[in-house]
Amino acid sequence: MKIGLFIPCYVDQFYPKVAIATYELLQKLGCDVRFPMKQTCCGQPMANSGYEHLTKGCDTNFIANFAEFDFIVCPSGSCVLHVKEHLHDENNEALASQMRKRVFELTEFITDILKIEMIPGNFPYKVGMHQSCHGQRGLKLSQMTELNAPFFSKPEQLLSRIDGINLVSLSRKDECCGFGGTFCVTEEAISVKMGQDRIKDHEAHQVEYITGGDMSCLMHLEGILKRQKSPIKIIHIAEILNATI
Amino acid sequence: MKSNLEHSEAAAIFNKDVKRVDWHDETLWFVREKRDKAAHQIPEWELLRETASEIKNNVLSNMHDYLLEFESNAQKNGITIHWAADADEHNKIVHSIMEKHGVKQMVKSKSMLTEECHLNEYLSEKGIDVIDSDLGERIVQLRKEPPSHIVLPAIHLKKEDVSETFHEHLGTEKGNNDPQYLTEAARLHLRDTFLTRKVALTGVNFAIAETGEIVVCTNEGNADMGVHLADVHIACMGFEKIIPQRKHLSVFLRLLARSATGQPITTFSSHFKTPRDGKEMHIVIVDNGRTTQLGREDFRSSLKCIRCGACMNTCPVYRRSGGHSYHNAVAGPIGSILAPNLDMSKNADLPFASTLCGSCTNVCPVKIDIHNQLYKWRQVLVKEGHTPLGKTVAMKGMATVLANPMVFDFAGKAGRFVMKNMPVLVNNSLNPWYKQREMPAPPEESFREWYKKNAKESKDKKDE
Repeated sequence: MKIGLFIPCYVDQFYPKVAIATYELLQKLGCDVRFPMKQTCCGQPMANSGYEHLTKGCDTNFIANFAEFDFIVCPSGSCVLHVKEHLHDENNEALASQMRKRVFELTEFITDILKIEMIPGNFPYKVGMHQSCHGQRGLKLSQMTELNAPFFSKPEQLLSRIDGINLVSLSRKDECCGFGGTFCVTEEAISVKMGQDRIKDHEAHQVEYITGGDMSCLMHLEGILKRQKSPIKIIHIAEILNATI
Repeated sequence: MKSNLEHSEAAAIFNKDVKRVDWHDETLWFVREKRDKAAHQIPEWELLRETASEIKNNVLSNMHDYLLEFESNAQKNGITIHWAADADEHNKIVHSIMEKHGVKQMVKSKSMLTEECHLNEYLSEKGIDVIDSDLGERIVQLRKEPPSHIVLPAIHLKKEDVSETFHEHLGTEKGNNDPQYLTEAARLHLRDTFLTRKVALTGVNFAIAETGEIVVCTNEGNADMGVHLADVHIACMGFEKIIPQRKHLSVFLRLLARSATGQPITTFSSHFKTPRDGKEMHIVIVDNGRTTQLGREDFRSSLKCIRCGACMNTCPVYRRSGGHSYHNAVAGPIGSILAPNLDMSKNADLPFASTLCGSCTNVCPVKIDIHNQLYKWRQVLVKEGHTPLGKTVAMKGMATVLANPMVFDFAGKAGRFVMKNMPVLVNNSLNPWYKQREMPAPPEESFREWYKKNAKESKDKKDE
């Protein structure tokens, strides 16, 4: 089983530690994982801004880099959702369509494909889990509070089995943080207010760490936390899972 | 409309008063939670949504037949049917009925369609005095504001604001903020209106093709009181209000109020089927862009909307920007997919006033995929040239960089070099990110640089 490691462009550039954690974690879980060196971006920033027609170059590059793998795994629900919904190839749509089905977010890959129910470890901190919308509502990694349906959460299932972790229950369990791609600058006032409000919920539960499956949301929250000189730290779920084994 | 500001500008102004934004957000979140409680008490809730969605899909696919069936049955019931191609024609029809009866005053219960058509302004220019009888609508009408929410028109106002408005217009005591006192004052004021108006206008929640009757849902009973005391009842509806049969009401009435406010049902679900002896009943069926929307494959399902407002209550952007920032009769997520159909250029900003979080789609009782349509409207608006040139240039540049691995690698290194060595180029007031957030700390090396150095080693280990 050959696994292609798909790292979001901004994670590659700004949060290499998250990519390293993902890479190491997958190796520890016994995966044959490789990072295709010429990957760039899935094209989501353009597409969500209304410029989906400009993403053909990104699609071509993505396909060239990842076509050979059995699975494509990425530590971001948002980028995975974009590929799942929008990856196309005018010359080989059958291949693009296959690849859309082979791309997985990290935690769902662990729980659904590797069928691993728990990763042993120790993380003795009070942690708030930020449910990123695209992972949750798009990929259905966790049940959504709007629906009348039984609870489940793939990332929380993994986190909750780690020794010492105190996973808090937030007042608003799945409210958006306000990052929203270019929304974070075009609607700066609302974006920041949404982020501040999310942080208040975590603060009210006295968390030491905010974790999540999408570094974009966490980057936005981290930017606000740092400006507020808050002691709360940001950590990607891959870092917790990797540090503990 | 109140302003021509773009959504982001109006939202930034709304956000200057943090306490008020918090209050607005919490008030609407409270309604969302009430909705959750009500929805989660019904084991078959998701099936109800699916059923409602399928009934509405059937209506959209057979609109022509259902409308003719409705017209024919309503006429048999003694109702006069009018067809209006657009807002202007709708307003003229309503005015002509008033003129025919020589009446200069109208009492109106809630109708978002008449807001969409700007009927109040039109009639007022013709010298007709309209009084909105829904309490929230009356409050905003006195303040010369449009409603900020389709179900809770005055949700942007606190009781102190209402007290001030009533003091000015209805002569209540200054500074008396007691809700009961204020409601009683409104009740007295409206009671007089109900007794003296000869023409009553209502909206329509559901028009039943099978029986030719309409159903109006209110909590205050104001539609009934207006209609029962008037000689002429005018009901105005967008053509998408049609449902095939009366039995389908059992689905929609269970969904509507639970989705809207968390109530099991509205206090009044009033059926109007035939005029009383010697009285008249008119129904104005309005297109106003709906046929165009029905023809847009990606957006036609927006016409399934039953105007419950659940998408607004759950929308984290709406809760923090207020209804007026959407500069459209229908605000929030649903308004943002309806408005561009009416005027792309004027409403080009609205589909971008969303993080695409998808909560709207999940609460929608008729399962409109609102967030997908927001995404699709963005594509249409860009293609039709409704985005600023600067954004297009930036996006083209970005697309080039991201499609070319070598350029991407170089741009990444250059960017991190600048952030590290000349942070002022990034951390300045021209960067909207930096205004209230720190930039991420640029690392020594990117992941791919790390991988080049370290990956082989790990591979070797594995090979051992």
